[in-house]
Amino acid sequence: MRKTCLNSVYDLARRDDRVIFIGSDLGVNTLDEFKNNIPERFFMEGISEQHIIGMAAGLAMEGNIPYVNTISVFLTRRCFEQIVLDLCLHNLNVRLIGNGGGLVYAPLGPTHLAVEDIAILRTIPNMTILAPADAKEIARLMELTVEHDGPVYIRLAKGGDHIVTPDDQEYKIGKSIRVREGKDILIITTGVTLQISLDAARSLASKGVEAGILHIHTIKPLDTKAIIERLAEVPALITVEEGTVIGGLGSSVAEIVAEADFGQPKKFKRIGVPDTFSDNFGSQKELMEGFGITAANVAQTALELIDVKSG
Amino acid sequence: MNGKNNSGLDERSLGLRRMIVKTLGSAGRGHLGPAFSIVEIITVLYDKVMKFKPGAPEWNGRDRFILSKGHGCAALYVMLADKGFFSCSELERFCKYDGLLGGHPEFNIPGVEASTGSLGHGLSIGIGMALNARLRRMDYNVYVLLGDGECGEGSIWEGAMSASKHGLENLVAIVDYNKSQAYGSTSEVLDLEPFADKWRGFGFGVVEVDGHDVGGLLSAFKNAPARKGKPTAVICHTVKGKGAPFTENNMEWHHKNKISDQDIDLLLKALEA
Repeated sequence: MRKTCLNSVYDLARRDDRVIFIGSDLGVNTLDEFKNNIPERFFMEGISEQHIIGMAAGLAMEGNIPYVNTISVFLTRRCFEQIVLDLCLHNLNVRLIGNGGGLVYAPLGPTHLAVEDIAILRTIPNMTILAPADAKEIARLMELTVEHDGPVYIRLAKGGDHIVTPDDQEYKIGKSIRVREGKDILIITTGVTLQISLDAARSLASKGVEAGILHIHTIKPLDTKAIIERLAEVPALITVEEGTVIGGLGSSVAEIVAEADFGQPKKFKRIGVPDTFSDNFGSQKELMEGFGITAANVAQTALELIDVKSG
Repeated sequence: MNGKNNSGLDERSLGLRRMIVKTLGSAGRGHLGPAFSIVEIITVLYDKVMKFKPGAPEWNGRDRFILSKGHGCAALYVMLADKGFFSCSELERFCKYDGLLGGHPEFNIPGVEASTGSLGHGLSIGIGMALNARLRRMDYNVYVLLGDGECGEGSIWEGAMSASKHGLENLVAIVDYNKSQAYGSTSEVLDLEPFADKWRGFGFGVVEVDGHDVGGLLSAFKNAPARKGKPTAVICHTVKGKGAPFTENNMEWHHKNKISDQDIDLLLKALEA
């Protein structure tokens, strides 16, 4: 996904001379072709993230469209104030590409786990947040980022993820994707949790439970209308995210559910990272298993919510 | 007195300071000391150095000025009003609920490039603008006015390394070195010395001037870049609260949230030639 995303930046830069790339201290040979062919719009600025956001802001104030890339936590945690003031207050066309969204950097420990990126960025006016599920989806969304008005945060997953996003739907920033229909429960996903949820839905189908899936590639602005429409059709819902359940996708949906008038209350569970730091390492998959961000747990939670015996 | 007051300031400097006093007086609050210390810096830039069009604040060929020490904004506001970027009547609505001018500069004010107030942001924004001039083959200069206390922010030095790396000859970092910050002297709170050597060490051409000497400031700005192929740092030795004997180097005048009518009268009197 990361390779697709960065190659997209190069493609965009070749077509549009407003596009600029700024990295911090990325892996050797990153975007060599860009650097060799358009050196004047390629910047590798070193481990100076606060400065990089300000510099990107200055370039954007002059009409450029900088794409800034580094590890998610350093973009979002360290630079929160620069993002709020330099980018969002001025509503500038800067694109932040965060590597290793969620639990991707599991073996590197909690300093590298981007679990609250969505939660904190969601509170900032003018911000747009994208969390694609696979390489195909990031390619589609990257095309849309050039003309988008205002700052965008793009949360990248590990890469090599199965392609699961459907081809037959319209991809627009702010528009959710109806991946699967089902009348018994709705599973709302973002990022790579779409894959987990598809596995869960297949498992539920074998038990006679029809689970629908609504995929949210844009957490902000949230497709509130579609969420309410889909929720009106089901008695229960689960949100699944690779990030903290405090303030992220689950909270966003909870806010909608709390204020909507469905007549009957919805049964609702949020699956994601609980309110704790991780003290484990291993792999992304292992950390997700540890936090219950798995197909098996989504399926089991669904069965419990709609009161179907799992046996 | 040759048209000068006790602080040796000329009528232009005194007139702008009186406008600052009236601006803060209309709100009964504000940062007076930090504004008084940068009046000559801003005056030289806007009267004699920078290209701009008050009727077309976003004119592409303009020189860019960023007041990174945003709390000194009253000095910028009175200059922008004086030049006609907006009506002088806006000064009377300083910090009002629906006023144009708040306690820190906002980018929607005609003539203000960037919203500042949280310290440590302006230099990097200016670097982005200076890089754009190179990229788009434009000949504007970028002036960023920093506070001395502000130079405690790590982001300033991240930016300094970058400006040097890119050899931004069109960038001038100006430091209002009045040697004091909100709590006390910079030497006690977080010492900046050897300050000029720091900027040199970070790859800048450095000029030190008396920040209230109009001729010295003009020469420093006109001769930038101070060193070929390098960004310039103009370290301005200033007096915080410069202009009235009782505000100079008086920490009580860094920021006041109650400025009385009597204070205003005393200030205006001290600022007469």
